[in-house]
Amino acid sequence: MAKFDENAKPFSEKWLDERIGLNTLKRVLQTEYWIPKNINFLWAMGMILAATFGILLVSGIFLLMHYKPDVDMAFDSVNYTIMTEVGYGWLWRHIHGVAASLVFLIIYIHMFTGIYYGSYKRGRELIWLSGMALFVAFSAEAFSGYMLPWGQMSYWAGMVITNLFSMGSLELNGLVEWIRGDYVPGDAYLMRFFMLHVLLIPLVIIGLIVLHFGTLRLPHVNNQEGEDIDFEEAEKLYKEGKIKESKVIPFSPVFLSKDVFVMGIYFILFFYLVFYHFNFAMDPVNFDPADGLKTPAHIYPEWYFLWSYEILRPFNKDIGLIAFGIAQAALFFLPFIDRSPVVAPAHKRPLFKIWFWVLVIDMIALTVLGKLPPEGIFNTLGTVFAILFLLLGPALVWITTIEKKQAKGV
Amino acid sequence: MRELKILAVVVFFSLLVYVLVEPFAHSQMHKHVEGHNFVYTGEADIVQASKEKKETKKKFWSDVKKIASIKGDVKAGEAVFANCVACHNGANVNMGGVIPPKLDHAGSIYDKNYLIALIKDPAMASNVDHKYEDTSTHPMGSVKFTVNSDKDIADVVAYMLVHKAGEATPKEAYEEACVRCHAMRYDKLTQLGETPGFKYEKDALAHKIKVLEEQEKVKTYMGKLPPDLSMIIRARSENFLETFIENPQSQLPGTSMPRVGLSKEGYEKVKAYLTAIGDPSKPERERLGPWVIGFFIIFSILAYLWKKEKWRGHY
Ligand code: HEC
Ligand code: HEC
Ligand code: HEM
Repeated sequence: MAKFDENAKPFSEKWLDERIGLNTLKRVLQTEYWIPKNINFLWAMGMILAATFGILLVSGIFLLMHYKPDVDMAFDSVNYTIMTEVGYGWLWRHIHGVAASLVFLIIYIHMFTGIYYGSYKRGRELIWLSGMALFVAFSAEAFSGYMLPWGQMSYWAGMVITNLFSMGSLELNGLVEWIRGDYVPGDAYLMRFFMLHVLLIPLVIIGLIVLHFGTLRLPHVNNQEGEDIDFEEAEKLYKEGKIKESKVIPFSPVFLSKDVFVMGIYFILFFYLVFYHFNFAMDPVNFDPADGLKTPAHIYPEWYFLWSYEILRPFNKDIGLIAFGIAQAALFFLPFIDRSPVVAPAHKRPLFKIWFWVLVIDMIALTVLGKLPPEGIFNTLGTVFAILFLLLGPALVWITTIEKKQAKGV
Repeated sequence: MRELKILAVVVFFSLLVYVLVEPFAHSQMHKHVEGHNFVYTGEADIVQASKEKKETKKKFWSDVKKIASIKGDVKAGEAVFANCVACHNGANVNMGGVIPPKLDHAGSIYDKNYLIALIKDPAMASNVDHKYEDTSTHPMGSVKFTVNSDKDIADVVAYMLVHKAGEATPKEAYEEACVRCHAMRYDKLTQLGETPGFKYEKDALAHKIKVLEEQEKVKTYMGKLPPDLSMIIRARSENFLETFIENPQSQLPGTSMPRVGLSKEGYEKVKAYLTAIGDPSKPERERLGPWVIGFFIIFSILAYLWKKEKWRGHY
């Protein structure tokens, strides 16, 4: 039986410590959560993502108070009620739209950081897997949210994407209808994506963020050199006051103070976009109300899905779907495709370095081609880069096998 | 500094993606049409015309040019204008497909050359002559018979340029130039104009029926109901709107929307109205933006000082 001090003032530190272990929590999550000192601002991206998710949540709640999930009212509730009648409704909407787009930019930077520094192996496999689960959840969140204004692009992108579930030649039209709740996107469709967007997927995301943070705690984050730090020794040095010699810093307040600074810079960019440059995040086509009888001249997803879309597009539908599936799965299982035990930044792994930059450039090329009309040279280039992407998987197995042999040889 | 180098790499690739996915991709998706600054000489019409029509169009626009050089008599024009008021009477009655618009600001919102062309032959002026076997069957086509001399045309245009050229409000410009076809539901405008407030539901419904009947007629005339333009300012690019309004055929070949013939001033007015309704937060954005961004600049400076303080002694 635990001891409770009768004289402790309610809600005083002691009182709380006896009841919820305040001091232990502080120690484990803040003052003795050791972060390597040798890191750069890219390690602040995780907290920026958490902050951006917070912004999405808050702005989303404000939008939710006026949004109407009904095919006859959705468009006007967003474009008229929220944009014109609700005080600062336009601000919440632009914040939500810009945040939804930027969150993916930061996610991609965060992922590429993880790949560059090899932060997905040697005990960090679960961080990567939970991160990928977050990526999938965010993708679903973004897609479902894109349906809500019920503009032309909501309708037609929704039509195209849900059609994928017919699985090509398997012709699973029943499945597509089941997902839509109708033959074509309509009220039932809008309502269920509304539910997913404001309830189910956010719950899943919150759970996954907790899991992602949990998977970080024991392996600790990586560092700029991929050094395998002896955290116990470093902790001892730090506690002895030898903070210069110690290789670690406490998460709070030292690491956090840098995160907050990076966040400040990020928010300057963020609000510049919100006030002066939000169009990139809100496609003009979606300001035409949904019209099932009028197919837009160009149908494309938001920018962050374009590379996947372009892997799908150049092939016939069965091969496209298979290629698409392989590409997503390959990214998911990266920690297991990479056979090398070396954890080091790419600039210290000659072959991997080439592989990394080919990956970056290939994904950017696919992203751009995914938006361009699939004609002539663009179509050819799309096919080339999509095949290149698929080849990057085997290439990584090969490169890392060589690395593994070299590492053993040493 | 290593951090700055990394930042430069991140910024470079982010900007690269942005430039290629936004400006570049859009330039590839949408054809670029050159505007002609809201001056109407018929040049584009002649280029686009079918072989058999080319000569007729050439002659038509050179006649327009000739009339434009005649100095009109404002006083005489006032009498000719009575012909126009026969139809443009403000009675809100549909005539051959649409309600003839008010002409209160016709002298300022339309271009002079265009007005001349319009009176000479409305279908030719608005580049929809391909829809008519005989252009005098255009809803305003009979004007050819009542105002038929070059001098009359020059006079009535001179009259409008003097007496119908007051400054229109953005909304008036829209009501005169577009509303007969395009509703604006976010400002309670229908093809019948402003929707009044009704005390009884049955009056509101009766009005709604009138609107539906009017829309039916516009639809018959145009082949489809012209879209509501409440959000058009965010749905189309600046270049599209400008060149489409100058000459709808240039952007949507074969479209039934006639050229409206706005002057530069008229277009600016209409655009101001479309912006006020479709993107009303613009002034507020411009007011609030500097404060919020200023806040985060100060926030960043303080955060930097805090960081420096916390990291003291670590290296
Ligand atoms: C027979 C009836 C009739 C007469 C007479 C007539 N109009 Fe019109 N006018 C119309 C109708 C109908 C329209 C709308 C046509 C349309 O939108 O296709 C119109 C449209 C216009 C427009 C707007 C055109 C545009 O492209 O935006 C102007 C300006 C105009 N009339 C001026 C005149 C003037 C000036 C006269 C006298 C010289 C005149 N009208 C005589 C029926 C008439
Ligand atoms: C006489 C009827 C008429 C008038 C007057 C008219 N329009 Fe139109 N407009 C149409 C029709 C019909 C369409 C549909 C065209 C189509 O889809 O081919 C249209 C379409 C449009 C479009 C959408 C084009 C697209 O990309 O789908 C815009 C923008 C537009 N009009 C602007 C205007 C403006 C601004 C005015 C006033 C200055 C105006 N219109 C006056 C008949 C009219
Ligand atoms: C939006 C959701 C996400 C949030 C809120 C989030 C948050 C975080 C945080 C706070 C950290 C620790 C600090 C840092 O290294 O940046 C971190 C680390 C990490 N995250 Fe995420 N993350 C998200 C998505 C992802 C995704 C999509 C991936 C990739 C699949 C991923 C992979 C990783 C990896 C590998 C690390 C370890 C980095 C290292 O050890 O150096 N995360 N994440």
